[in-house]
Amino acid sequence: MIHETHDTNGHCNHHHELVVESLGVRYRAVRALEDVSFSTSCGACVALVGSNGAGKSTLLKAIAGLLPIECGRILWRGTKVSKWSREIAYLPQREDVDWKFPITVRGVVRMGRYPNAGWWRPFSKVDEAAVDKALVAMDLTDLENRQISQLSGGQQQRVFLARALAQEAHALLLDEPFTGLDRTSKAALATVLRELAAQGRLVVASHHDLDTVKDVYDEVLLLKRKTIGFGSVSEVFTEENLNKTFGSLAGDGKEVA
Amino acid sequence: MIDWLLEPLRHEFNQRALLAALLIGFTNGYASAFVVLKKSALKVGSLSHALLPGIAVAILVAGLQDWSAFLGALIAALLIGLGSLAVSRGSRIDQDSALAILYTAAFSGGIILLRRLQVAQEMDEWLFGNIMGMRDGDLWTNFWISLGSLGLLTALHRPLLMTLFDAEVAATLGVPVRLLNYLLLAILIVVLISSLQAVGCMLALGLLVTPAATIYLLTDSTNTLFWGGSLLGGLASAAAVLIGWWLNLEQGPTIVLVLGAIFLAAFVFSPKYGLIRHFFGKPVNS
Repeated sequence: MIHETHDTNGHCNHHHELVVESLGVRYRAVRALEDVSFSTSCGACVALVGSNGAGKSTLLKAIAGLLPIECGRILWRGTKVSKWSREIAYLPQREDVDWKFPITVRGVVRMGRYPNAGWWRPFSKVDEAAVDKALVAMDLTDLENRQISQLSGGQQQRVFLARALAQEAHALLLDEPFTGLDRTSKAALATVLRELAAQGRLVVASHHDLDTVKDVYDEVLLLKRKTIGFGSVSEVFTEENLNKTFGSLAGDGKEVA
Repeated sequence: MIDWLLEPLRHEFNQRALLAALLIGFTNGYASAFVVLKKSALKVGSLSHALLPGIAVAILVAGLQDWSAFLGALIAALLIGLGSLAVSRGSRIDQDSALAILYTAAFSGGIILLRRLQVAQEMDEWLFGNIMGMRDGDLWTNFWISLGSLGLLTALHRPLLMTLFDAEVAATLGVPVRLLNYLLLAILIVVLISSLQAVGCMLALGLLVTPAATIYLLTDSTNTLFWGGSLLGGLASAAAVLIGWWLNLEQGPTIVLVLGAIFLAAFVFSPKYGLIRHFFGKPVNS
């Protein structure tokens, strides 16, 4: 497999495309996604917006290759996304992570080098250098020996981003990255995500705080099992579309979880 | 006094028991780190009970040999593990309930069958172990089981830890998560079987959970958890065998009791995660 490697925090010259075509996913009898289509590419920062059960997490997991696809296809660089697992990093919801696990910040970031090092091979200098670089990029060097429960919410989110950087991922899939963060951490994380996109990575994140969509993202996918709308935030993120996305809920309150 | 303390060590079968306790405790201690991180103690406990009916059937079919008991125990544990999966997938019963039903039923069958078989071992030995009854052959079997399972667990350490920490992320990084989960369960069953002679199938679970759970209260380092668990398991088991001689107590239960007491001490006094620290200390999080 020949491809240019991603510098851990440098700028990237390529422009890979992520294409989702009439995607359908079902859990046993329940249809979670139906006829979802959109395409975006490196450099974009995409918000997935929709109510609970609209399929945001399902879509992220399907792109990450964690769920079987019923119909349709997901392409990265023109071929099936499953071929490129190492270029695509999935960041779970913070509440799904076992923070008591006896592992340090550096330990988590090192996991990103697994595709390189495999089951047994000791880490090379290149691997350790990539880990160091990722820690620097996410401003975690001073915390590298901390156990992961002894971090703030914002720092925890950055640990997982650092792992994605160590993995040299081109696309970052984040499940509700802003949930549970205080205001300062939210602002800092928004800056980090925008920087990553500016460096030429693709950032896709589910997001439920409608007030901040405009500040963080440049593209938005409105989801209600099907695609309600997709495009630049200024065009698609409209009152009318939101009403369609959330049904009657959008008028009642802005925060729709 | 010294004479009284050292007297037990003069007998060959005592030396063998001490060696066995060290070996079994060490292996179980290492494996216990996986059980604690996997949070699957109850599942492993059910499987340990499934060993008994397996042994009973094996004796009935092939007579009592090292290999027959081992194989019977292994097959029974696998059958009950997979059976519970089949029941939970094919009905509205959850897997824990299915496991409980299957293993208690099988265990009852095993007890009834075992009482009617002509074997020299007392029922107590199957249930609570008899480390004094170990022969050279048993020690060697244990040695190879320990070596094999420690070797495999060490070789698979990196992908296993990733799977235990976050199976989904591990899968996206190319770790064969499902295969590793099955493999880990199989290794744990083998380790359980190896401890049967020392602590019996009722107490095997204690040896396969307590050591690393104790260390877990004392450290945040994965390496310390594994090697600390091994050392604690081995040394506490050996110490318990000695205590058993001096105080004339049954060795199997003494091993598990000593481990339990050490856990309790860690639970109360751990400088980082202990009860005293919890109520009177400053919070750990900064």
